[in-house]
Amino acid sequence: MSLLNYIIRRLLFMILVLFGVSLLVFSVLMLIPPGMRVAAYVTSEKIPPDQIEAMIELYGLNDPAPVQYFRWLARIFRGDLGFSATAEAPVIEGFKKFFPITLELVLYSTPLIILVGIWLGTTGAVKKDKPADHAIRILAIVGYSLPTFWLGLLLLMFFYGFLGIFPPGILSVKGGEVINAAGWNRVTGLITIDAIINWRWDIFLDALYHVALPTINLIILDSALIMRLMRSSMLEALGQDYVRTALAKGAPSRVVYHTHVRRNALLPVITISGVLFAGLMAGMVITETIFVRKGIGWWMARAALQLDVPAIMFNVLFLGLIFVGVNLIVDLIYAAIDPRIRLG
Amino acid sequence: MSSEVLTTDIKTKRPSGHPGWNEFVFSMKRLFKNPLTIIGVVIILFFVVLAVFAPILAPPPRPHNPFLMPHKGWQIQPTPPSAENPLGTLPSQYDILYGVIWGSRNAFRIGIAVVAANLLVGLILGSIAGYFGGILDEIVMRIADIFYAIPILVMAMALVVALGRGLKSVVVVLIILNWPTYTRVVRSEILVVRNMDYILAARASGASHLRILFKHVLPNSIFSAIIVASMNVGVTVLIAAALSFLGLGSDSGYADWGAMVATCRNYIVGPPENRLAYWYLVFIPGFTIALFVLGWNLLGDAVRDVFDPRMRRR
Repeated sequence: MSLLNYIIRRLLFMILVLFGVSLLVFSVLMLIPPGMRVAAYVTSEKIPPDQIEAMIELYGLNDPAPVQYFRWLARIFRGDLGFSATAEAPVIEGFKKFFPITLELVLYSTPLIILVGIWLGTTGAVKKDKPADHAIRILAIVGYSLPTFWLGLLLLMFFYGFLGIFPPGILSVKGGEVINAAGWNRVTGLITIDAIINWRWDIFLDALYHVALPTINLIILDSALIMRLMRSSMLEALGQDYVRTALAKGAPSRVVYHTHVRRNALLPVITISGVLFAGLMAGMVITETIFVRKGIGWWMARAALQLDVPAIMFNVLFLGLIFVGVNLIVDLIYAAIDPRIRLG
Repeated sequence: MSSEVLTTDIKTKRPSGHPGWNEFVFSMKRLFKNPLTIIGVVIILFFVVLAVFAPILAPPPRPHNPFLMPHKGWQIQPTPPSAENPLGTLPSQYDILYGVIWGSRNAFRIGIAVVAANLLVGLILGSIAGYFGGILDEIVMRIADIFYAIPILVMAMALVVALGRGLKSVVVVLIILNWPTYTRVVRSEILVVRNMDYILAARASGASHLRILFKHVLPNSIFSAIIVASMNVGVTVLIAAALSFLGLGSDSGYADWGAMVATCRNYIVGPPENRLAYWYLVFIPGFTIALFVLGWNLLGDAVRDVFDPRMRRR
């Protein structure tokens, strides 16, 4: 099968899955009583209570489910997602406000998590069954047993509470004033990048200082995933004949391990990196709540507590879309690198 | 490694008995050669003891609802460990030790209920999909794909909101969201077993589909699903705790570890003279969750190493 054929097949499959996801999200929506769902149709902050019944009738929230489904889908395609009470703005505006904060943390932590994971996994495989390997494996198991919320709180207690460094939030008070002032040029919404565009290195460093602790938190928790995969993949690659050949002809073991073997062992890590990225986006619900970073995870957590149905539904759909999209990209990269996939 | 010794050992001894039993004994020997397994099992047993003997270790003042933590007074300020409260108290004077002990029962309840229900659903759907194949297989597996497409924590939050907050909803939601994993495992095992010669022989001798399924296919494919289940107890409890932490599970005052951690969020930084004054509040309930999950993960990890055919007998 050609690569183009494969891409088309995968795209069609993705559309099918997204259709299913929309059905699933809609089923969840239908579990919510019409009185609460009506909020999605309100475009201002205050709903007069006596009008709720009339609005339920007006928007047909008691209609048969299939009718409501297609109406709901049509609204989403028009970009009409309702009003979010927790964002105090239409859902789309809330998304524009919150998403860059999340993206910033994910963009800084993902490469670091992958690098740390690859490094630990390689070390573990090369030193298999030696003390270093055991230490790394135990660290990995401990890492993915820790509750995200607990590790975050411990880190905050120690660094912020005890040492007085790495405060929660996204910027210091002074930095917050600068980016909310009139002179600030908001281009991407990612504070570190905007700081470079605005040529404000103090803000850049301030933002990095605030992103550091959540990043450390995520590295401790999530590099275990990469590490385990890298280790087993390395072990498999180490058993290949070419490794023996390279070592037999006298190539230095360092070169063999770190260039020949590692390059071959990296392939599965690409797959899991997609899962990692998407998982990080979802895990933001907890990370952002603890470190008080007002991104979409923080928004989702608030929305769930305050029954902000439009925001909840949007976030589920959005994260589903990210998940499916990232998996598609990973599959395509994989197929481009490894021709065996396309033959399957 | 030591496995060589074991294999030769078994070869020279030529164990008698049912081959399945010999295989099981071999697995168990390998399993308990790993010190991590033993640590994991000890941790789990520790929590089993806590859960079983909870009424003796921490006699509930209200026996009809022991999961409501007792508290003396409504003083908001948490108190550090003392003779009366060996692990200190939460805000509003809830005894942390009581919460830890009854919380273990709560954790087992959640973990076992969710995992057992998932196992059942996975076995039913997985057998249907794997054994009968065709359109049924296609439908079940495509629905599973859809469930895989949404991050579980986020979907769980939305579903809990829709069903109404509370521990019951959390359990129901985790059952709804976790079944695809089990179904996939059972299905793939059954696909392997289905084409074995002895199934053909059974069918040739006139056995009905149901008889073949229950008597020949399931007993040979149920094992991996049980392994997945044992590996999932920890993760399940972790997600339930996260939902409680976010305020979607049990209310504060309930012996639930996640909810206990949630109450400490305002006490991360102590007063200026002792910044770590509330360490017990932040540390103990979260540590309990981590230990519980660690026990299951250690066990699950070792079990996977032993039963994974690629790792086995190496």
